[in-house]
Amino acid sequence: MSTRTRANSQAVVVAAQAVEKIYAGGVQALRSITLEVQNGEFVSLLGPSGCGKSTLLRMIAGLLAPTSGSVRVWPTDDIRGTDRRLAFVFQQPTLMPWTSVHRNVRLPLDLTRVGRNQADAQVHSALELVGLSEFGSVYPRQLSGGMQMRASIARALVTQPRLLLMDEPFGALDEISRGRLDSELRELWHRRELTVVFVTHSIYEAVFLSTRVAVMSGRPGRILEELHIDEPHPRTDEFRMSERYAAWCRRLSTLLALGTGAESPLGARHAP
Amino acid sequence: MQYAAPALVGAIVLVVWHVLVTVYDVPSYLVPSPLLVGRTLLQDWGLLFASLLVTLRITLLALLLAVVLGVVIAFIFVQSRVIETSLFPYAVLLQVTPIVAIAPLIIIWVKEPTPALVICAAIVALFPVISNTSIGLRSVDPNLLDLFHLNRASRLQVLIRLRIPSALPYFFAGLRVSGGLALIGAVVAEFVAGTGGTASGLAYQILQAGLQLNIPRLFAALFLITAAGVAIFAVISLAARLALRGWHESELLAER
Repeated sequence: MSTRTRANSQAVVVAAQAVEKIYAGGVQALRSITLEVQNGEFVSLLGPSGCGKSTLLRMIAGLLAPTSGSVRVWPTDDIRGTDRRLAFVFQQPTLMPWTSVHRNVRLPLDLTRVGRNQADAQVHSALELVGLSEFGSVYPRQLSGGMQMRASIARALVTQPRLLLMDEPFGALDEISRGRLDSELRELWHRRELTVVFVTHSIYEAVFLSTRVAVMSGRPGRILEELHIDEPHPRTDEFRMSERYAAWCRRLSTLLALGTGAESPLGARHAP
Repeated sequence: MQYAAPALVGAIVLVVWHVLVTVYDVPSYLVPSPLLVGRTLLQDWGLLFASLLVTLRITLLALLLAVVLGVVIAFIFVQSRVIETSLFPYAVLLQVTPIVAIAPLIIIWVKEPTPALVICAAIVALFPVISNTSIGLRSVDPNLLDLFHLNRASRLQVLIRLRIPSALPYFFAGLRVSGGLALIGAVVAEFVAGTGGTASGLAYQILQAGLQLNIPRLFAALFLITAAGVAIFAVISLAARLALRGWHESELLAER
């Protein structure tokens, strides 16, 4: 099954038009970014540190305003109400240390005053989705880094969002946890028919997860090239070992190197 | 270990003190032996305990006043940077003014001795609560704040669900300092008020004992003040442990 046919409705979810961002002090973070994300896509923003990819993601979330240009989410009117829900997953788990995992996950529902019983039911299914059913009553710090990240993802999913924005969510994890969470995220995206915008600086992660990768240059960030990763779902560990996977990684690596003027970040010692 | 080690140090100090006083035959009107101090404490217990209650009452009322005022002021401070920058220097001014210098004024202005002493002690104890609580209310994980904004949290929701819990460890750190300061403030204010105050606290007993060269009683009163200070610290630490148990680093280390 091809991933691109899965995007059954071609509704635009994110539309960024000629976006520029200049921070106070004159640092230009982004330059003429134009990006569209269709319903059901998994788009990765791939680029070196400081290229403004997180800035772009925060603009999509509405946490930051562009200096010029526009960033709109669900720009057409035909999608309303609960279908417009988005959620954000931060680089760190960003859990409240003073309360249980269950209550952390329930936070978005508490803030929007969802009834207690319904909220608890939604929390249970969100925790089950990320494999943390048993851990609702513990404090975040009793969990490993990977499990904290799962809790963070459960909190994002608990509102049943249509759009998931993720800012290098697995960047701080070890390779093994990261690989496993990548696989699970890909599965969640498929099962829940999510639209995902995913910020990463890992070429391997971008290739494994995405239906499309937007390669960004160093600061000021602009989109150098968009690459459709035409690989079917499910993507397995076998895919990770395949020659095709390696070829995608090489292509992205070359593009990145062109954009940053640096050597290819995929040296021999970094083979996947 | 946590209790045994300091207890052992205390015991050694007492023994050395006792031996030195006995061996060199130091007269009790200069340095009384710890045994004599203990005996005096028992003998004068009625008198001293009544004074202890007076001093404790002033201390606790002052601490309560300092906490209520300090927290309210901290809440006002974090509402805007303008308010904080305009008012914070005056909070510092309050902190650096020696209480002995202004206590006579307060005692003259406020006719009733107990409120006057409470106000003096509260002034001494106020600053750590203001300073720590306002830092705590500002020390919020910026990502958590973004998360609250993404979910369209109101100002009140942010305050109750995010700022107050984030501020708790800081608040308790301030409270620990303030507890000791309230006691010191109460004793100093009593000293300044002298025998003029009708309520006679431990400072009054120390003054009297000094005038009468009743040094063992002076030591006994001093011991009670110290014991009260340690007790206040212990109670506040316990409260902090109960509030922060399970999640904050400062209390997790103690549990290991």
